Amino acid sequence: MNDMTMARGLLPLQLENVTFRHRNQLLLRDITLQFGVSGRTVIMGPNGAGKSLLMRLCHGLLRPTSGHVRWARGDALSNDVRRRQAMVFQRPVLLRRSALANIRHALALHGVPRSQRTGMAMDALERFGLVALASRPARVLSGGEQQRLALARAWALRPEILFLDEPTSALDPAAVKAVEDAVTAFQGLGIRIVMSTHDMGQARRIADDVVFLLGGRLREHTSATAFFESPRTAEAAAFIRGALIW
Amino acid sequence: MAAGNPFAIALELILERDPVLMGIVSLSLQVSLSAVLIALVLALPFGAALAMFRFPGRGLLVTLLNALMGLPPVVAGLMVYLMLSRAGPLGSWGLLFTPTAMVIAQTLLVFPIIASLSRQVVEDLWEEYREQLQSLGCSRLRAIPTLLWDARFSLVTGVLAGFGRASAEVGAVLIVGGNIDGVTRVMTTAIALETSKGNLPLALGLGIVLLLLVALVNAAAYLLGESARRRLG
Repeated sequence: MNDMTMARGLLPLQLENVTFRHRNQLLLRDITLQFGVSGRTVIMGPNGAGKSLLMRLCHGLLRPTSGHVRWARGDALSNDVRRRQAMVFQRPVLLRRSALANIRHALALHGVPRSQRTGMAMDALERFGLVALASRPARVLSGGEQQRLALARAWALRPEILFLDEPTSALDPAAVKAVEDAVTAFQGLGIRIVMSTHDMGQARRIADDVVFLLGGRLREHTSATAFFESPRTAEAAAFIRGALIW
Repeated sequence: MAAGNPFAIALELILERDPVLMGIVSLSLQVSLSAVLIALVLALPFGAALAMFRFPGRGLLVTLLNALMGLPPVVAGLMVYLMLSRAGPLGSWGLLFTPTAMVIAQTLLVFPIIASLSRQVVEDLWEEYREQLQSLGCSRLRAIPTLLWDARFSLVTGVLAGFGRASAEVGAVLIVGGNIDGVTRVMTTAIALETSKGNLPLALGLGIVLLLLVALVNAAAYLLGESARRRLG
């Protein structure tokens, strides 16, 4: 399978004046932002800045109160467009069935013919070192194994873009390393990465560019070097130093 | 059958394998298990759909369903009786006083229990799974079989409650079945009959056999569910 030759074209992703309001609280305001066709974007900001919300809006899990989320083609809220993306959540939600069956289920939802599902699922499990656990119930795996399974599930789906919402915040260092290696591997397949994290070191290791949110506003979107070396805003500088800002 | 200790009578009934008793036990099981099976097939998708879709009158339907869990068996029996009696709309089917009529009446009693529980369980699971399933491009309709399958252990409880209700009730089967010896006589109607005849030890003996049966079915389901729950987390 040559993934680089697969028909692409969902990207770039364009956010135009995206605002999200929930119960009269303005949680994201007036975000205009473009995610280019390649690279790894890391979304940073303190708790409650709107990082998870921004990714859910991009992924089409939520609908903006006003403004637009535009893919290069297709309707942002359609299942069709969502099937060309994948998302790994902070806490993976796995079904009460085996690790292998979890991936097969996802492939079924993506319309992969039954005869190909097991092969593709096993490939993905192998890529993430989970073959020995294939027939184990997903819910009894350790936290790190569950997150790797969630990554393997995303891998099997061959998305054009992968969202990761603080995927390592509940993991031990070895599992964190596995997730970061996985991100590099996804990147190697030409998959666009958008990830949020609290971990400054991780952001430095992964980011090509950084989106910095504060209080539901976009404060900076620049290359990682520029962000970490010479942040434009005082808040970003303070955030990088580790000061509490909110 | 000898008068005396009901436990001795129950033991004797079981050991003797009296053909009349065996017929009654087997009809009881057939009627109640059929009713549970039919109710299950109808109630699972109904309950799940009620959990997944929002439409006008939904709240009313949920309330009604919950209220129907307490539907008195005699009332269910009366409703089925009116439908199936000669003068009723389905009178030409000739089902009154047959085991089929009893199955219909018991299905009516079991359906609200399983539907209500599956609505609750599926609604809770959807809350937990929604983002992940939507992320995978799963529509609400397509999510129903996935959610029901993941709810299977919780649903066993509902099925057991339904079976308990069906096998314990006497009012509905008495009205639509008529307690005809060898045709529509089941455990509960036999107990009612023996009690009214004054043969209390036999009635009690039959009661013990019925209790044992229900306990057996519950134990089997419990063990099955627990071992699966432990394995699958």
